[in-house]
Amino acid sequence: MTLSTATEAAVAPAVPEDADEVAPKKRLPIGAWLSIAWLVLVVFLALFADLLPLHDPNVSVASKAELAPGEEGLWLGADGSSRDMLSRTIYGGRNSLGIAVGAVTIGFVIGGLLGLFSGYFRNWIGKSLAALFDILLAIPALVLALSLVSVLKGDPVQAPDAFRLPTILILILALGVVSIPLLARITRGNTMAWAQREFVTAARAQGATNGRILFREILPNVLPAMAYIALLGVAIAVVAEGGLAILGASLDPPAATWGIMINDGKSAMEDAPFIMFTPIVATFLTVMALNYLGDLIRDRFDVRESAL
Amino acid sequence: MSENQTDHANQPVLEVRDLVTQFSSERGTVNAVRGVSFDLYRGRTLGVVGESGSGKSVLSRSVMGLMPGNATRTGSVRFEGSEVLNASPKVMRSYWGQKMSMVFQDPMTALNPVLRIERQITESLHEHIDMSKAQAKDTALALLTSVGIPEPARRMRQYPHEMSGGMRQRIMIAIALACGPRMLFADEPTTALDVTVQAQILDLLQSMQRDREMSMILVTHDLGVVAGRADDIAVMYAGRIVEKAPAERLFAGMRHPYTQALMRSIPKLEMPSHTRLDAIAGRPPDLVNLPEGCSFAPRCPNAQEKCLVDDPALTADDDHADHVFACHFPVNEVVVAAPGIRVDGQPPRIAHDPSLGGSA
Repeated sequence: MTLSTATEAAVAPAVPEDADEVAPKKRLPIGAWLSIAWLVLVVFLALFADLLPLHDPNVSVASKAELAPGEEGLWLGADGSSRDMLSRTIYGGRNSLGIAVGAVTIGFVIGGLLGLFSGYFRNWIGKSLAALFDILLAIPALVLALSLVSVLKGDPVQAPDAFRLPTILILILALGVVSIPLLARITRGNTMAWAQREFVTAARAQGATNGRILFREILPNVLPAMAYIALLGVAIAVVAEGGLAILGASLDPPAATWGIMINDGKSAMEDAPFIMFTPIVATFLTVMALNYLGDLIRDRFDVRESAL
Repeated sequence: MSENQTDHANQPVLEVRDLVTQFSSERGTVNAVRGVSFDLYRGRTLGVVGESGSGKSVLSRSVMGLMPGNATRTGSVRFEGSEVLNASPKVMRSYWGQKMSMVFQDPMTALNPVLRIERQITESLHEHIDMSKAQAKDTALALLTSVGIPEPARRMRQYPHEMSGGMRQRIMIAIALACGPRMLFADEPTTALDVTVQAQILDLLQSMQRDREMSMILVTHDLGVVAGRADDIAVMYAGRIVEKAPAERLFAGMRHPYTQALMRSIPKLEMPSHTRLDAIAGRPPDLVNLPEGCSFAPRCPNAQEKCLVDDPALTADDDHADHVFACHFPVNEVVVAAPGIRVDGQPPRIAHDPSLGGSA
């Protein structure tokens, strides 16, 4: 024993044992950097919009409606109500992303927990939860979100004084509920796969409790898949909010989201297409960046798993 | 105190009686373990040998209680006098890690790929022994040193994929020993490893067992692994023990044709090159539809009419009460020890050349 240990120690410096076992670090492709740069820009603008020298997004500032980009110092022009398009795009991005990230956070936490439990405890509770996820997924997401929004908003004509949540919270809740089964299912599937691994049995053999196994052994392995779906989820939620906006179920005017801006711009599509295209381009780039980074995470995750 | 210790020495650490393990599957009931009984005393090693599907791994997991949901167990497993066979999960958790522990076959899959070594070792220290972070870290360092890991402080910060197979198995052993178990199950601990590292890991297990006076069940398909390392050897076939004896007794005169066939299937160095291996013809029986009579009969060279209808019970050898076997027509031949198996009780000298041993 002593002998072999001594040999190992002696050999170790000569053979760079780690070199051939650790996968070579792949450089991030240029697309990843572009995606990250775009998202950083959007998030930065959203976070610090109040501190930037921007016009009030809800006040008419231009001399006329549908002012072309570049005129009167408004880089992106003005919309049909003479409001600053740049300012509205930035504040709209803040609302769109805020709603999407808030909704996915709800889905991530609640859906993730439900998915972990239903994947680990394969009893009737776990199976009923799985059936519930399937049922929720079978309902068209937009229809579900729309019904939730209208129920939560209530009827301002019939009950004008009734308590109601701020509209942005209603949207976050509605889209959050829609994203719960999505994240729950992915988490459940991954939990089921990881729970059968030998290291889970090994942890049990060391006397680990179910909670410890679930959160300390399995969860770290499931997180990459959850992160992948969460990034896609944010992208889907941004688009879903746009869908709600076109159905008139998004924020109340004059607040802006990218969806509301697209909806506002569609009447002037022929005269001033830039009003509609600016939020479309912003949505497109954001969704694409999120999808791209999500795929990147998934690929890395897959590679690591196949290397085991 | 000393009186207490003698009591412990006289009482088996583990008493297994008529253990039966069945799995329900789509094809029917799988009879993985069919009535196994044995005693294991403090500081002793029982080698369990058999080919794939003989139920040897299921046996150790059944004794320990690490079973999937579709398994049922009957019989009796007493650990230090207390019945643990159908104890609640909560009670079992107080045994797992602290009183009995397991070293798994493949250290790559038995270690969590995304956790640092330090956390994997200290986890059970936090769980069972109320240790502070610093204490747990010191204990982990000491454990890694004791299992022969150079630069333990650096290794603690690494992930399993940054280590070689032998190194990982040393980590597994350190984890299994963290809470000072009195009984260690080693489930094919060297099967997934390079031959050059196997002997080192077996030596390590043996020295750990001696230092800590643990009892050990060493499960393997390789008679060469248990030779010289196990005090007693149980040969399993189709879920039953077909022969069991003290190691030296077994190698001096094996009585069951299956044991003999296992022995013959080990390649011998002194045989000329290209000698055909004496493989055991046929396949192990289907554990869902077991044949009537002796389950080895279809592959047995000595099988007769009686073997096909009457399943032989374990009976003791006439001269040696501790040598039992289940055969109507036992063989009585002294097989000359194969290389790697030395009847003098010394560990086999497989690949012990230090010049080869650098990659553990």
